[in-house]
Amino acid sequence: MFAYLLKRLLATIPVMGVVALFVFSLLYIAPGDPAAVIAGDIATEEDIARIRAKLGLDQPYLVRFGGWLWALAHGDLGVSIFTNLPVAQLIAQRIEPTLALTLCTLLVTVAVAVPLGVLAAARAGSWIDRCVMGFAVLGFSVPVFVLAYLLIMLFASHLGWLPVQGYRSIAEGFWPWLQHLILPSIALGTVYVALIARITRATMLDVLAQDYIRTAQAKGLATDEVLYGHALKNAAVPIVTVIGIGIALLISGVVVTETVFAIPGIGRLTVDAILRRDYPIIQAVTLLFSGAYVLVNLAVDLSYTLLDPRIRY
Amino acid sequence: MGHAMRLPLRALALATFAAGFAISALLAPGEAAAQKTIKFIPEADLRSLDPIWTTAYITRNHGYMVYDTLFATDAKFQVQPQMVDKWELSADKLSYTFTLRDGLKFHDGQPVRSADCIASIQRWAKRDVLGQKLGDLTESWTAVNDKTFRLKLKQPFAYVLEALGKPSSNVPFILPERLAKTDAFTQVSDPTGSGPFKMVKEQWVPGSKVVYVKNTDYVPRKEAPSWAAGGKVVKVDRVEWLYIPDSATAAAAINSGEVDWWQQMPPDLIPVLSKNKDIRIENTDPLGSTGMIRFNHLQPPFNNQKLRQALLHVVNQQDYAIGIAGDPKNGHPCASFFTCGTPLANQAGSAVLSGKRDFDKAKALIREAGYKGEKIVVLDATDQPIVHPQALITTEMLRKLGLNVELQAGDWGTLITRRSSKEPVDKGGWSIFHTWWVGPDLATPALNSALRGAGEKAWFGWPNDPAMEKLRDEWFAAPDLATQKKLAEQMQLRAWETVPYIPTAMFIIPTAYRSSLTGILVSPMNLMWNVGKK
Repeated sequence: MFAYLLKRLLATIPVMGVVALFVFSLLYIAPGDPAAVIAGDIATEEDIARIRAKLGLDQPYLVRFGGWLWALAHGDLGVSIFTNLPVAQLIAQRIEPTLALTLCTLLVTVAVAVPLGVLAAARAGSWIDRCVMGFAVLGFSVPVFVLAYLLIMLFASHLGWLPVQGYRSIAEGFWPWLQHLILPSIALGTVYVALIARITRATMLDVLAQDYIRTAQAKGLATDEVLYGHALKNAAVPIVTVIGIGIALLISGVVVTETVFAIPGIGRLTVDAILRRDYPIIQAVTLLFSGAYVLVNLAVDLSYTLLDPRIRY
Repeated sequence: MGHAMRLPLRALALATFAAGFAISALLAPGEAAAQKTIKFIPEADLRSLDPIWTTAYITRNHGYMVYDTLFATDAKFQVQPQMVDKWELSADKLSYTFTLRDGLKFHDGQPVRSADCIASIQRWAKRDVLGQKLGDLTESWTAVNDKTFRLKLKQPFAYVLEALGKPSSNVPFILPERLAKTDAFTQVSDPTGSGPFKMVKEQWVPGSKVVYVKNTDYVPRKEAPSWAAGGKVVKVDRVEWLYIPDSATAAAAINSGEVDWWQQMPPDLIPVLSKNKDIRIENTDPLGSTGMIRFNHLQPPFNNQKLRQALLHVVNQQDYAIGIAGDPKNGHPCASFFTCGTPLANQAGSAVLSGKRDFDKAKALIREAGYKGEKIVVLDATDQPIVHPQALITTEMLRKLGLNVELQAGDWGTLITRRSSKEPVDKGGWSIFHTWWVGPDLATPALNSALRGAGEKAWFGWPNDPAMEKLRDEWFAAPDLATQKKLAEQMQLRAWETVPYIPTAMFIIPTAYRSSLTGILVSPMNLMWNVGKK
């Protein structure tokens, strides 16, 4: 197990290296020039050229890439071209809202989606099943931002129960913190609920058709025991896999959700950086997301051993 | 099964809330002292703190919060002393002596000295268009003592005070000498100034929040505020700039009272917010902004003057006004190369743009120009609500004229990079792009960079017009306003002939604020002193 873990962790290094190469190269060839953005509309070409030189953007590809890699190897993510603040500091400022939003969304979605999927499978063909599947189709179909606006309109503007926008750190109190996360989590989580509920239902239907389930039922076990004690446990591996894959979905959703709800998280940091071509931030955040995705996949793989004793590494 | 599921969930919810409130009690800060705080949604995200390094208007507005200026322009376009107490001009008009007011202090407690002012002006003069002109004519800056300094000119220059009181980017703000000594092309990130607000940099979250507190050491002038001139009396303890990029969310936030003031609201949201009796929607920008069609004068087909002239006969400013502002109340035609409502605005030759639109005449000019179907590339920035409608209207107009036009859509970051290309359109070049300028930036020949004809050294589009440059030089040497106006008319007549660009429309972007706010100043810049909160 330890050897497997070590092997997987070591394997992330070349993966991250390839990501770094791709990100840097894509940004290098993409149109856009931060010096032009900085200089503004009134600036002359000479001004822009001087700013470009000051920022080192006039250096050849290999020099810039090498410099960035060298700094990265020393734990230096660079300095934002625009704010002149260290990228590590900017990410540190933004990590809490994004983590809070992601975790809240994950908790809410798993807590809602898995029971819904199990229920739909247990009552396959009934009106409950149709309702759950109808909700799943709706959840997939409604874009995150549309749902976000509807939630804002109803719960913030009309009823005044929850704030429209912003984020409060948990250090400012639990309720203000939670209050600012409820609507974004619902908006972001709905598509995720739809995905997991569908997968749970499909997997559960497969498992419920197995002989050992019929045996369990014949033995007179209670329905809950059959569903949760036997069927769900055996259906868990594909469900957990989808939850892991869904993290990527969540990351892209975070960008939209943070923009609509004006949450100062990593997603907004990324979008803002892309729009103004703040290369050090884009590079660092892409690496961060890639690293997170690789680690989530590793965690999912490791969780298989807990869910299915037959799996050993 | 349902019942079995409900119980643990309820228990879990109760446990979560109990834990939450316990954590809350432990972590929540004590009750904050009663502070008057204005929550304000700015026009853009504050990315850079250095208003000399960048011309971004948001950084200029930040500059007005934390810095002060030697002079400032008032609502009557008169330059008034601001940090300066008194000034003298020598009889030969070559020497200005400035004396600072008493009690001027930087946020770090250090007094404002002559050396700070000289270093700041010298840095500004390396970047600003009017500053560069002043720099070219400067013999020396000398500190007579800590409060008095002198400017010696190589030749008389009538616009020294106008330059030092320039209201829009780049504004000659005064920084401490230690910061002002920074290279003009390197960003200063320490916001220490001597202005009426102090920035709380530790609470700055780029892309989200900027916090300012009242500078209790600031000594305002006694005069009433007028644009950036007069007394800068701060009436609140704290101002928070909350950047909300999504306009629907911003509208909901001001509607619910989460924020007090939204600097620039899209016109399509006026009907929504005007239903709320606690919200006022007003125009606080007396000059508005002006859109423009900018041509590439180096490449075909708009290197042909006749083709540029042809468009003058079909551009309908009313279409652009509606396209940009959405509502005729917030946009109107302005057929002048100088901002309408300012002293140099005039109607010389304007009939070509304000008269009846004439497609036949335009088509005749296109034929005379010998247009051979060369491709016209119009750059569009779909993320810019002022640029995008202009690009669409122009493209449609060119199609109606039977021209071979291609609209190339991207974002603003791409547009401002691509527009620096002097290549032909098949090698990544361009034919037309659109932009807009705030009123003060087009008010005089000194500031209107788009009007210049300095060829390859001119602003993007690179018109080459030595006659225009000569008129500009004559304007600089003009001894009085009457002569300046006359020269401005001549420059405008010349511009209708050579068409360096076409002004599309004047527009204002309304501001929305809660009725609890008082004293919002009418000014082309967003200024936050004098604003109180009930």
